[in-house]
This record gives sequence, structure tokens and C-alpha cells, in this order.
Amino acid sequence: MLTKRIIPCLDIRDGRVVKGVRFANLRDAGDPVEQARRYEAQGADELVMLDVSATSEGRTAALESVRAVRSVLSIPLSVGGGVRRVEDVLALLRAGADKVALNTAAVDKPKILRELSERVGAQCVVISIDAASRANPQAAWEVVTHAGMKRPGLDAVKWAQQCERLGVGEILLTSWDRDGTRHGYDTDLIGAIRKVVQTPIIASGGAATPEHMVEALRAGADAVLAASIFHDADMTVGDVKGTLQGAGVEVRL
Amino acid sequence: MTARSKPEVSVIDTGIANAASVSAAFARCGADVRLITDRKSVEHAGLLVLPGVGSFGAGMERLCAEGLDRVLLQRVRDDRPTLAICLGMQLLCVSSQETPGVSGLGILDGRITPFTPSVRCPQFGWNLVEADHGCRVLRTGYAYFANSFKLEQAPAEWQTGVTIHGSPFVSAVERGNILACQFHPELSGSWGKELLCRWMAMSREETRC
Repeated sequence: MLTKRIIPCLDIRDGRVVKGVRFANLRDAGDPVEQARRYEAQGADELVMLDVSATSEGRTAALESVRAVRSVLSIPLSVGGGVRRVEDVLALLRAGADKVALNTAAVDKPKILRELSERVGAQCVVISIDAASRANPQAAWEVVTHAGMKRPGLDAVKWAQQCERLGVGEILLTSWDRDGTRHGYDTDLIGAIRKVVQTPIIASGGAATPEHMVEALRAGADAVLAASIFHDADMTVGDVKGTLQGAGVEVRL
Repeated sequence: MTARSKPEVSVIDTGIANAASVSAAFARCGADVRLITDRKSVEHAGLLVLPGVGSFGAGMERLCAEGLDRVLLQRVRDDRPTLAICLGMQLLCVSSQETPGVSGLGILDGRITPFTPSVRCPQFGWNLVEADHGCRVLRTGYAYFANSFKLEQAPAEWQTGVTIHGSPFVSAVERGNILACQFHPELSGSWGKELLCRWMAMSREETRC
């Protein structure tokens, strides 16, 4: 039986791992290669690297980090953050990413998803949806782009459906309201999108405890992503998986 | 080359496959990796890897355009060390519902079909591979999958690994020095690394390449 995945996330800026809330108050948290190695040894099922660099020099450094991490990492590696063009995706895949996540670029030009899916295969294409709740019964969540700066008025649930039709292999679903709050994943959001798509969903934003992960998986997520729970808490991926297994979730131990 | 020198692994660079991950994995196994594209290199490679992502039709078209289809057939007939990964394994079969009307290499007597609509598709993640008792290279363990199509019926005269996603499917086959995996051994952690190392070591012993 297909197991549920636990995915630590490394935020990378200028080639270093950083910690912070919503791209603010970033502080250095170490070398990506060392952390990647550590998470794999703990039993991580996959690793996500999100490039939060603001400059082109920073992006070049991130590409180097992908190369360096790939050489030691023998589990899947997804990379996202600032991916704009088809060439960016190809460069990341050549550097050793197995999947590349797009957000703003896909909202601006949805056809890029179809183009990528046909060129490199659906299994390499991840749509990263940042969703914020709003008080509108017609569209309870809207898509957030440009690292939170813009809200183009897109219904997150409909957008997820459209992305599935455009051939994406996976949805990285981040709750903009919960991200960094440690209040748990937005299980209503996960459930609403699960109802309309068959594509795998990685839940992200708000995790502080293994119980939060159980809730997200029960709501319909196939995988859970977390950063601070592994960076800050005294909890390893193995600890988390032990708790999940105890709660009846099928994991790879 | 003597059996003691560093092994050389040739990976067919199909342009779209995740050659970087495959190369990195074999480098961790202690191999020298080179990327190849032409027919002659495929013919003469000691240890050959056919990776593959993308669609069945595009994959076959590429193999045929380069004339690699006949060379691969001959390699398997001669039991020369060949590892096919993911789409690479599907290309060894007779045909696929992903691209009706296109013939595969026909090395494995089987047809590729989609997962039933009741299960998550693509199958992304770790699933259990249960190896036949007769397997020499393959062992039971968790492997990483990324596929929407699969081989349902085990081909005769091959040892197999079986995995369940909705219903059972063939997740690997092996015979002599040929190994084909629906999963990605290069992304399957230490279990995958050990599988690649065993395939390399056994193939080199048998063929002295």
C-alpha cells in the first residue's frame, strides 16, 4: 500500500538554509547539504527546497545548492521558489531536482503547465498553490502570488482543478493564513481541494505537532510538508513517523 | 577492464529523463558515470542504464529515431547488463494504453495499462515491493514510485517484484543480468542504493565488464 509521505522543507537564501516567518526576520540555519543528509538519515520520504532569494546572484547560488544536495541525497528532491520560465525548470532538473514547483508563473500563464508536462513529464511538474481564506461563500479561498504580494482574484479550488487538467503531477498546497502560525494545517482547504482533484496533494503551512499531520492526512492530503517542526522542535522525522503509525497512518519506517 | 577497477556505468541520456539523479546515485555506488546518446555507445556499454520519464510514445519515438531499439533488443538477447527504470521498463513491453498504436520493444510479454480510477494517480511515493524467492538482485523493501501506468501480468520466465496500488502490479522484473524497475531505485534511499550496487556487482562478476 502506498504510504503517506513526510517532507521536510528547507528555505534557501543565497545558498544557505534560513528560518523565518513569511519570508521576514530570516536568520541563518545552516548548510543545505548537511541538513539534507540529516533528514534523509532520519527517514524523510522526500525533500523540498524553496528558494527565497531576492536576487539573481541568490538564484545562481540556489542552483549550486541543488547540485550539492543531489550528490548526497538518495530520496526525491523538489525545488520551488521564483521559477518563471521553462528554461528555469530545465536548469533545475539538470542540476538534480526531480520535480519543480511553479506558482506565480503558472497563474500568469497557465499554458506553461501543459507545455512542461508534455516536455518533461507530469511527474516533474508541481503546482504550488498558496491559498488565503476570504469571507466569500462562493470562493472560500483565493490564490496568493508574488510571495504574498498579490491576489489576482483566483478561486483556489477551481485553480487546482484547472491545474489538474493542464497535466500537473502534484499539488503543493500552502495555507497562507496558517503558514508560520503553528496552529495546524487548514484541513477545510485540504478537504475542499481533495473533493475535486485526483492529483496527489502535499499539505503545507501551520504544522507544529504530529497530530496536526494526522489531521491533514485524514482530510485528504497524501503528504505533509513541515519546516519549523523539524528545525526548531526536538523532534526528528522518525519521531513524527512513530506517532503517525500509532495513530493508524501507514508510513515507511 | 579487470573486475577490480572502478566500474563504468553508461546512462542513456534521453534529454527528458532525470539523468542527474541516476548519475548521482551510481556515483554514490562508486561508479564512473557517463551519459551516452548514440547507438554505438549503447551497443558497447558494459553496464547500461535506460532511465525514463515522459510518455510511452515519445520514449519509443526517441529510441527508434536513434536506432537504439534494435541494439537494446540484441543486448537483452545476449544477457548483457542492462537496467531499465520507470518508463524504461514500460518501453520493454509490447504496448501501452498511454499511447495506443505504438509498439514497444516487446522484450517483456505484457501490455501497460493505467491504474484504476479508484486509486490516487499518479502513484507518487513509497510502496512495498515484494520480491519472488527466485530473485537474485531484487529484495523486498520500500521503493519510491512516480507512475500512472503499470504492467499487470508477470511475463513468463522472469523473476518479479510485486506491489499493490489498488490491485497488484509488477513493480520489477529480473533475469540474468537484466533488471527492470517500475520504481526509481536512484530515489529509493539506502534500499535503492543497495539494489543498484548488487546489480552492478553481479553483472560485473558474470560478464567481467
